[in-house]
Amino acid sequence: MTVVFDGIASGLLLFLISVGLSVTLGLMNFVNLAHGSFAMLGGYICVILLNRHGMPFLAALPIVTLASALAGVVLERTLYRRLYGASHLDQVLFSIGLVFMSISTAHYFFGAQQQPLQLPPMLSGQFNLPGVDIGVYRLFLIVVGLSIAVALQWMITSTRFGAQLRAAVDNPRAARGLGIDVDRVFVLTFALGSALAGLGGALGVEMLGLDPEFPVKYIVYFLIVVAVGGSGNIKGSLYASLIIGICDVAGKYYVPQIGAFVIYAVMVVTLIFRPQGLFGRSAAK
Amino acid sequence: MSAVLETRNLSKRFGGFFASNDVSLSVEQGARHALIGPNGAGKTTLINLLTGFLEPSSGDVFLKGDNVTRLAQHQRVKRGLVRTFQINRLFAEMTVLESVTLSVCERLGLGWKLWRPVGAHTAAIDEAAELLATLRLLDVAHRQTRSLAYGRQRMIEIALALAARPQVLLLDEPAAGVPTDESRELFETIAQLPREMTILLIEHDMDLVFRFADRISVLVGGALLTEGVPDVIAKDPRVREVYLGEPLDD
Amino acid sequence: MSMPPSSVDSAFSATPLRDASRWHPAEYAFWVLPVLAYFVFGENLSLLSQIAIAALFCLSLDLILGYAGIVSLGHAAFFGVGAYAAGLLAKHGWGDPLLGLAAAAAIAAAAGFVTSFLVLRGSDLTRLMVTLGVAVMLYEGANKATAFTGGVDGLQGVEVKPILGMFSFDLYGKTAYWYSLAVLFVMFWLARRLVHSPFGLSLRGIRQNVGRMPAIGAPVNGRLVAVYTIGAAYAGVAGGLLTQTTQFVSLDVLSFSRSAELLLILVLGGTGRLYGALIGTMVFMTAHHFLSGINPQYWQFWLGAALVLVVLFARDGIMGLLQKLGTRWTKPA
Repeated sequence: MTVVFDGIASGLLLFLISVGLSVTLGLMNFVNLAHGSFAMLGGYICVILLNRHGMPFLAALPIVTLASALAGVVLERTLYRRLYGASHLDQVLFSIGLVFMSISTAHYFFGAQQQPLQLPPMLSGQFNLPGVDIGVYRLFLIVVGLSIAVALQWMITSTRFGAQLRAAVDNPRAARGLGIDVDRVFVLTFALGSALAGLGGALGVEMLGLDPEFPVKYIVYFLIVVAVGGSGNIKGSLYASLIIGICDVAGKYYVPQIGAFVIYAVMVVTLIFRPQGLFGRSAAK
Repeated sequence: MSAVLETRNLSKRFGGFFASNDVSLSVEQGARHALIGPNGAGKTTLINLLTGFLEPSSGDVFLKGDNVTRLAQHQRVKRGLVRTFQINRLFAEMTVLESVTLSVCERLGLGWKLWRPVGAHTAAIDEAAELLATLRLLDVAHRQTRSLAYGRQRMIEIALALAARPQVLLLDEPAAGVPTDESRELFETIAQLPREMTILLIEHDMDLVFRFADRISVLVGGALLTEGVPDVIAKDPRVREVYLGEPLDD
Repeated sequence: MSMPPSSVDSAFSATPLRDASRWHPAEYAFWVLPVLAYFVFGENLSLLSQIAIAALFCLSLDLILGYAGIVSLGHAAFFGVGAYAAGLLAKHGWGDPLLGLAAAAAIAAAAGFVTSFLVLRGSDLTRLMVTLGVAVMLYEGANKATAFTGGVDGLQGVEVKPILGMFSFDLYGKTAYWYSLAVLFVMFWLARRLVHSPFGLSLRGIRQNVGRMPAIGAPVNGRLVAVYTIGAAYAGVAGGLLTQTTQFVSLDVLSFSRSAELLLILVLGGTGRLYGALIGTMVFMTAHHFLSGINPQYWQFWLGAALVLVVLFARDGIMGLLQKLGTRWTKPA
């Protein structure tokens, strides 16, 4: 049970970080391998705020989120938008370039070591229920992750912006024809995705660690979420993240000798048999 | 005369929508057969089904009496069923001679030759050059395809198909987007193709259709409305109704 | 030469296409460079060998990406398979280098053949993720199969016998360099024949318009399987060469960054041109050697920046620039 609980927590963390990637891919048809760099940015901002300025963890999170969103907007306006029409290969190369730059920048400012993060006392420790050990921080992650998932789903299905977003994902040209400012939808979505990645990065320092190699280390995981969940699909991303979180934790716990192998295999098999993702809409358009 | 290309009860469904609905079409050997119908009637879908570009939901395609429904596109090409595309599908960065040589090489079964350079396969190159000469494309043989005017590119679209030596040639709006004077020239070229080559043509310009075709099938809503010689089709009230507002030869 | 057919204008000449595969004088000049390098940079032979090996690896990606248009983020899989194949063989007493390379090629080709069916279908994105997935699976597999591969400690005890029983590998890396260079040249020459053959022409056809190929009677899937298998074999040989010249296999032969870096080198050099792969590797490896010596982080930063700039402004890479310069020189106007 503890394994399932921990799996859910890490799955929701994964969801927070990768949902933005999924949406940029679904909406803008953009393969942003540098997505992990936004998560890393969030992580470092959080560490600075806590360790250098002594800000409380919970107060730092909104700042982290906003800063990541801002970084997303700036990069989207200056660089990313130039490559919306480009081939996936070009986008991949471009974003790998950004990843390299972000890694070396992080190296330059923070060095290669893992960054320590002191959680507030109210979020650390654990308590025991019959059959399951509950880490307080993991519980916190689950609560935050689920709330955001619900909020996102609500936003997508029930707000005007959500409707515009869905229209733009389905058919950008038709959406433009309907008078939707697709450019604005793009930049807002990109900002939202970056913000969530940043938040996830900050929340993940405790579980995933934080060092300059972060964007490369976890990129495969983010891509798996997209591959399994189906691009542009929030519910799909959530389910995929949960499955992967649980499988990963359980796999490492019960069969450590095969490690992450299972997860990779799941991704490849999914891609082959259901290229649109397990939870994606059917390929017919 | 016998049917060289035939479909029996051919249907293609996308969800609940029939893009082709129970089409039984028969194209005679050596025919100049036109396929007409309003936009969205399923003309291109039918060509896609005939050539294996799409798999039918039900029904069969026969080529020279053989059921080819399960054959892949390239296998049907090998059996002499070749098409062109409504929107050019060319090899933009190759020279005109290279692309036609490519098509000739594939027909000659050279595509698996890894050793001798293309340049050493002189028979293929000569054949490509000859074809370009016939189509009056020889002057641009060494130009990159993408650098040519649209009308010329449209001719290359046909050249690539002819290089495959079709017995049945399916032309999907060969003159689409070509200025009128050039489209006359294009049709002259098509009209001069050898009589033993069977041609199935999709075309919107009714003048051209009635001048060129000896048989016409009318497709509406994915289904075959009627079929006959041009005079009969021109007088058919149902066809006139479908084409209300579009000029028909009286 | 046969007479031109009657209907063809006698003024027409097919020579440009007939002679397209002739060696250009600049090519001869190019291949003198590595020989000169031996004498000029004699103290850097191990770097030179690394360049030759990386160039061969890059060539293998160029075949599948530059010519056939198959994007891959996991090409290191075949490099690694070849490296381990040659290493394990040599470790267990089969130390003949040429035999080792043949085995590396064969096993990598088999791996390529099997996985080629995974990249036939799907968009570029699917291909990127599938190739990446296959490579990380292999990496993870090699990482965990420590009894077999040595895991993170690498495969030790690789003993390579003299080439053809005559030339043993020396401490200065002289043999290693000539050996790597000779293999690179032979493989390049074969690749050059391949890309100029009708098969090579059909690959370009597939990259430029995959939708037209079946309509002119070409079996696209068969061609892709073939070239992917060949590309894998090439990568396997490169991996085997690395093992033999360094007498060691590190887990890093299978790493994601090796695949990503390879893609980057090829794009810097220029895809779809064999010399793009070679020149890209030369420039990249040399720059890497000197700049990362100064500061590895700066190097990575500028590398990333270069990549961003290339994608935004110079999509044809170094070879594209050279060719532009070349046409400007030959046609002064």
